[in-house]
Amino acid sequence: MAVPALCEVTDLRVQFPLRGLEAWVRALRDGKPPVVRAVDGVSFAVAAGETLGLVGESGCGKSTVARSIVRLNQPTSGSIRLAGTELTGLSKDDFEKQRPHLQMVFQDPTASLNPRLSVRRTVEEPIRLHTSLSAAERRERTDAVLEEVGLGADLAERYPHQLSGGQRQRVNIARALITNPRLVILDEPTSALDVSLRARIILLLEELRARHGLSYLFISHDLATVRYLASRVAVMYLGVIVEEADTAELFARPLHPYTRALLAAVPVPDPDARRDPFVLSGEIPSPIDIPAGCRLRARCPLAKPVCAEPVPLRQLSPGHRVACHLVQEEA
Amino acid sequence: MSAPRTAPGTASGTAVLSVQDLAVRFNTDQGEVDAVDDATFDVREGEVLGLVGESGSGKSVTATALLQLIRPPGRIAHGRILFGGRDLCTLGEETLAHIRGAEIAMVFQTPRTALNPLITVGEQVARLYALHAGLSKAESRKRAIAMLRTVGIPEPERRARQYPHQFSGGMCQRVMIAMALASRPKLLIADEPTTGLDVSTAARILDLLRELGQQTGASIVLITHDLGVVAATCHRVAVMHAGQIVEIAPVRALFARPAHPYARALVRSIPRVDRAVNMEPIPGVVPSLINAPPGCRYAGRCPWVEDRCRRDKPMLKEIAPDHRVACFAVEDGRAGPV
Amino acid sequence: MADLVQPRARAVPALSGSLRLVGRRLRRNWPSAVALAAIVVMALMALLAAWIAPYEADATDPAAALQPPSWQHWLGTDIYGRDLLSRIIFAGQVDLSVAFGATAIALAVGSTIGALSGLYRGWVDLLIMRCVDSVMAFPAFILAMAITAALGNTVTNVLFAIALTQVPTYLRLVRGEILRIREMEYADAARVVGNPPWRLVFVHLLPNCLPPIIVQGTLAMGYALLTMAALSFIGLGIRPPQSEWGSMTAEGAQYIVTGEWWLFLFPGLAIVVMVLSFNLIGDALRDFLDPRMRGVR
Repeated sequence: MAVPALCEVTDLRVQFPLRGLEAWVRALRDGKPPVVRAVDGVSFAVAAGETLGLVGESGCGKSTVARSIVRLNQPTSGSIRLAGTELTGLSKDDFEKQRPHLQMVFQDPTASLNPRLSVRRTVEEPIRLHTSLSAAERRERTDAVLEEVGLGADLAERYPHQLSGGQRQRVNIARALITNPRLVILDEPTSALDVSLRARIILLLEELRARHGLSYLFISHDLATVRYLASRVAVMYLGVIVEEADTAELFARPLHPYTRALLAAVPVPDPDARRDPFVLSGEIPSPIDIPAGCRLRARCPLAKPVCAEPVPLRQLSPGHRVACHLVQEEA
Repeated sequence: MSAPRTAPGTASGTAVLSVQDLAVRFNTDQGEVDAVDDATFDVREGEVLGLVGESGSGKSVTATALLQLIRPPGRIAHGRILFGGRDLCTLGEETLAHIRGAEIAMVFQTPRTALNPLITVGEQVARLYALHAGLSKAESRKRAIAMLRTVGIPEPERRARQYPHQFSGGMCQRVMIAMALASRPKLLIADEPTTGLDVSTAARILDLLRELGQQTGASIVLITHDLGVVAATCHRVAVMHAGQIVEIAPVRALFARPAHPYARALVRSIPRVDRAVNMEPIPGVVPSLINAPPGCRYAGRCPWVEDRCRRDKPMLKEIAPDHRVACFAVEDGRAGPV
Repeated sequence: MADLVQPRARAVPALSGSLRLVGRRLRRNWPSAVALAAIVVMALMALLAAWIAPYEADATDPAAALQPPSWQHWLGTDIYGRDLLSRIIFAGQVDLSVAFGATAIALAVGSTIGALSGLYRGWVDLLIMRCVDSVMAFPAFILAMAITAALGNTVTNVLFAIALTQVPTYLRLVRGEILRIREMEYADAARVVGNPPWRLVFVHLLPNCLPPIIVQGTLAMGYALLTMAALSFIGLGIRPPQSEWGSMTAEGAQYIVTGEWWLFLFPGLAIVVMVLSFNLIGDALRDFLDPRMRGVR
């Protein structure tokens, strides 16, 4: 019954050393160099052909997770497996061989395109680097991919500043797909786009996934879009996953207080909608000083003394994991 | 966000601001851009009016025009902006300087960049009291701290001595709101005040705006592209497309019975958190505003378009109490049941 | 505001579009047009010197010594009867080629080292920056003087000396730019796609540092010219009888008292016009390469 996982992340931890004067002060005070625990023990799996949504607010570590998978950051510890191959231990050269299977679409369509390269050169670069196709073959493939993402081949000679925001994002998507990857990481692919463009890009992404059997790791803070695209969702807070479930289940029955608060905060386009008045107090703390026990403790209206104990992510029902003492007590 | 609230006043509520036939144009390398085309709308006392549209719809330009801050190569080609019995377009810079900040205030998109990084937060707020209310330094400082408390900044005495970079995005926005409301303006313009803020922070900023509006009696023009924000915060909504106002309605009416083809398409194109939907993208693209074609600018994308739509510009007409739409198809009843 | 303007539907052919843009810019900014014309004229004169100079550079004619400007000698003659105009034209070859050569070498070397320094950081960067600091501790001109005095003032040594004093500028400039853009999303995208570091630098990063480098280059040409002229003026630059504007100005300075003003004025004017032109072009280039001023985006 279990679909083989395409990408398995196990106990991923990513730490950044803190720098500067504050770092020295803390080092003296605590007796050890301070680190920012951006990702603090995250485990999840993306099955072949599915979309896993990774949601959370600023500082939760979702972007760091994504960047670690493609080695833009070095994981401090943990395992990342892609189609059975362990990525973390690979040498530089061996990892480069994995790149065609693992691509990424970035958030800002403008900033992620080299302003000096034409669309064609940008899109064709991956196959230039990783395959030995001739120039003519590359051209053919590039044209085909451009057509697929809805950009006519006549746009191939244009430069990014001659394209609209939506077109630029399509170029990014074309570049990510040209090597026929297995897993595509989408880092907020529609956040920088206009409302009316989002629908098209989202539908395009869905269409491409279905047609090519791709898997997506979809990172976003836009819960409405995640609900549409993802089949499963993991909610992150301060470096850990606090809840993970099938999409319909998560949105219908959010169990973790953070998930509840997050859903309650999203404004709904319905003036008569009654909002769940579940609110967290205070603001997201800095990832430098992570409290012991449940990380939400200081802000959670339901907090009890037991919340000072460390809380693991436990399976409550098939496919639904939650990291909350109180929920488990009820169950 | 609390339970649905009732709109202050009725259709005949007193207008704090009245915009009539406002046209803003920009002279660029490639020709003249018709950024705002004969915009007409009112802002009533105590209400929150939403100005909704995509980028390029002209909503931010309209806001800038209200404050008479359009600079070359842009200009207000024609129109009147009536406020406090005067047409802002005819006033001199000195008079306007008194009005800006004191009677009409603005909150911007990226709060941290709108604050001066070299001056403490408390000082920035206090200066406004000194400037507009002519208060002494000590008195301004006291009022500033009180204002910071009102906008929900914890430990205001301590935080007032800090600099903007020590504040989070949400806190900076609260400071901006404090500065905007320092002089008890009659009108507050908030230009995408929650862009770049986390979901939960954004929700609280919107709550704050609405509450303060109610408390001080100020009217708010809320510019946004997010229909969810509109539904949760606004009393009435004006929908803009390519520089034209296409529909103005009370918020419930807009969501229950959107009339203009663009408004309908917009509502159908967004994903939702509260239920599973089929998103339908809006057909076509926003037309170029350079040497813009006459007539309705939605013509190129509209399923009910006729020749007339490309020639003549539809005016805003009332189709229901306080619900106005600029569309020939809706007028003629061609556009199907609303 | 830029959002309001939709990009044109038809693809714009890149070259003719740029030329049109240049034309429009020049029309609006006439000092740059004049500067560009001056540079082109001087460069052409230097290139075609053998054909257009009325006399040989060292053709002496004692009978016509120290003549003021006349129809036979447009700019007058010097004490040996050599035509000043011809000497200035031939001198242009040396001056412009050394200025250009020194700038080009400094640019290439400085940019490459700066790029590597900015990309790799760590101890490599530290080491390189300390070397740069040492070089920059000397006033540039003193350093150039020291080098030519030590190695002898041949054309090659002068070129090398000027180039060396200019390398730090480009190095720091490029390093700064690289530090800025290496964190940009397209740099990340290039890494994720699988670019090896060298390709990242030469295909993605350096080309995007070009505008400040080019502007610096044009400004620095003027400075290189001045340095060379100054070196020659004090006798540490190009040796006579090779004509060179700086040494010609130095010689000419002796004759002001005796009234032969043209010997000092015209070579000096040549220097002034060229340096000024380079500066003006630099300003115009900077504006031209600024993407915001291209109209749409």
